Amino acid sequence: MAGNEEKIAKWLETNTFHHSEFWDMQELLRAKQEAGVTISLCVPTLNEEKTIGKEVIVFKSELMDRYPFVDEFAVIDSGSSDRTLEIAASYGADTYLSADILPKHGDKPGKGENLWKAIHQLKGDIICYVDADIKNIHPKFVTGLVAPLLYRPEVHYVKAFYDRPLAVSDEVRPSGGGRVTEILVRPLFSMFFPELSALIQPISGEYAVRRELLETLSFPIGYGVETAHLIDVYQAHGLGALAQTDLDKRVHRNQPTVDLGKMSFGILQSFINRLRSYGLITGTPDLSSLFRQFQAEGRRYEMIAREMIEEERPPMISIPEYRNRHGRK
Amino acid sequence: MSSEVLSYREALKSVREILFANVVMAGEIPAPTGDEWRLTRFLSDRFTESGLDNIANDEAGNVAGVLSGKSATRNLLVAAHLDKIWSQNDDHTVSVGVGEMSGRGVADNSLGIAALASLPLILQTLDIKLESNLILLGTSRSFGRGNIGGMRFFLENSEREIESALCLEGISLGRVSYTSLGMARGEISAVSKRADESADGVVGVLADCVDVLLKIDRRERPAATILVGGINAGSGFNVPPLFGTIRFEIRSESASKVAALEKEIIRTVGGLLSEKDVSVGVEMVAHRNPGRLRPDHELVKSAESTLAELGVETHDEPSISELAALLEQKIPALTLGITEGGHRHSPQESIVLEPIFDGLAQVVSVLNFMDKECPKF
Repeated sequence: MAGNEEKIAKWLETNTFHHSEFWDMQELLRAKQEAGVTISLCVPTLNEEKTIGKEVIVFKSELMDRYPFVDEFAVIDSGSSDRTLEIAASYGADTYLSADILPKHGDKPGKGENLWKAIHQLKGDIICYVDADIKNIHPKFVTGLVAPLLYRPEVHYVKAFYDRPLAVSDEVRPSGGGRVTEILVRPLFSMFFPELSALIQPISGEYAVRRELLETLSFPIGYGVETAHLIDVYQAHGLGALAQTDLDKRVHRNQPTVDLGKMSFGILQSFINRLRSYGLITGTPDLSSLFRQFQAEGRRYEMIAREMIEEERPPMISIPEYRNRHGRK
Repeated sequence: MSSEVLSYREALKSVREILFANVVMAGEIPAPTGDEWRLTRFLSDRFTESGLDNIANDEAGNVAGVLSGKSATRNLLVAAHLDKIWSQNDDHTVSVGVGEMSGRGVADNSLGIAALASLPLILQTLDIKLESNLILLGTSRSFGRGNIGGMRFFLENSEREIESALCLEGISLGRVSYTSLGMARGEISAVSKRADESADGVVGVLADCVDVLLKIDRRERPAATILVGGINAGSGFNVPPLFGTIRFEIRSESASKVAALEKEIIRTVGGLLSEKDVSVGVEMVAHRNPGRLRPDHELVKSAESTLAELGVETHDEPSISELAALLEQKIPALTLGITEGGHRHSPQESIVLEPIFDGLAQVVSVLNFMDKECPKF
């Protein structure tokens, strides 16, 4: 155990960054050129008309028009019923319907599906994913995540975290994840993958990944995609392949507790699947995929049951169309 | 000029993302009057990236940069005020919808600041190289007690003589301000002399003061207006307030009329309340002298004819902002609005995006005129 603590402490020191370390855009452009990579930015959306316009304007202006840091910027949508795609296109983003990408492989509901299809659609050597519901959008959400990949060849996957001081006492500020992280994911990591507990916000939706790693990862299409990725990367490449960047403050809509319940159920499914596939638990029975929640009306209580099956997409490298499009043998 | 300004409008659409991003970024930075330093830093960075010369912050909180001209013997000024009426803790999130943006201060004056920040790129895009030096100035302390302190400080201390100037405001397109009204702003404060809760508090006294302000005869020529802009007192439901303020503003084209009304208010309010358990004071916090260009001044004509070419209706609108300080110094100057918008000074303040390119084309066209024709006061 002492070994874990030491390793975590060292990793926190060497692989945890702050976005302000990468403020100099000219220097970032130099590093990008030296690394010889191209960068794609992907924003997965579903009914995000309130925030997508601003994200497109800020990212396109600051990271494409003013500084050619991002080579490609795409919004990949799950079938919004609002004006998300119209707004994104009107401000200059490339827009795609997830269902139109790799149509022979069908269309599954879930954000993970968009992320998976983005690997096929986008061309960059590095893909940076940023959620669409951020109110205080800023170029740092991209530069802070991509920069460690430019400077540190051994790092393949960079995750965002945000400063959420829960209390301030003397010089110590507890940095916490969201409710699902603190109640579910970090306890699970602490039990089964202690080193991964060092990721301050393991399920944040912002991360940058090298293509050669991304194409080897299978993708749960729902809530479990981020957790599954971290476990898979850790198992295959160790903690050193991961890094995290403090992006300070993220303002976004707060999810109702019932939605967090659904999220937790999906994450738990993916987590248990990973435990089984890595042989960390054996002999468990088939688990129910029915998630039950309850609502009350007066003295009448009603069960709301939802079938939730965390399907997975295979590694993109196994898809012939992908290998053909991206020159993989 | 006819085809020129229309071609500007079309060509400027190529800078739309950068301009819009500047609106968003300037809009989300808090800049209460007197505490504009965060926005100053943003503008200073933009000036640096644009390669301006002599970028400097001054002790009043202004930030300026110079786009050096070909002959560099004359100096033109384009200014936008940095401060917003909102406090640092208010939500400054800008929302972007189809064809419009909204949020606190987006029109007053984030769009003006964004236009100022984007002006070097705009001129470069249009392949315009001015003969004159162009000084770009973000001014501090425009609102309220700020008393256009930033612009006044700049004009009093600048080593460069300003030949003519434009002030940029986010709204409204078609606005051509070439007169500044005489203005005096004051604050009446009422303080209860008793500290016990059984006292009546200051509400009755404040009501009497408002009555005084409303009943002062302002119809006598020259005309004047007295505006009660704010009344503050109390913190709840069940305790009489022991302190309160009324903010008012006197406006007139005549400086002597403003001075006379100011004197009358101080005298009447003071006398009215001498016997009550409340002490009352009147503090005058800001003044402007009236000033104007002639309606047929060549600079005014240039702005109006440009708007006509763009198919935009002109509306004359007297100003009490930075323009007053410029006209006081006998500098030919205008305030121009950049686009249409609404809900000014509300959390839903909004701007319409498409007309921005008309507004910017007008700014560039008038700037060209200032550069070529050297208008005098």
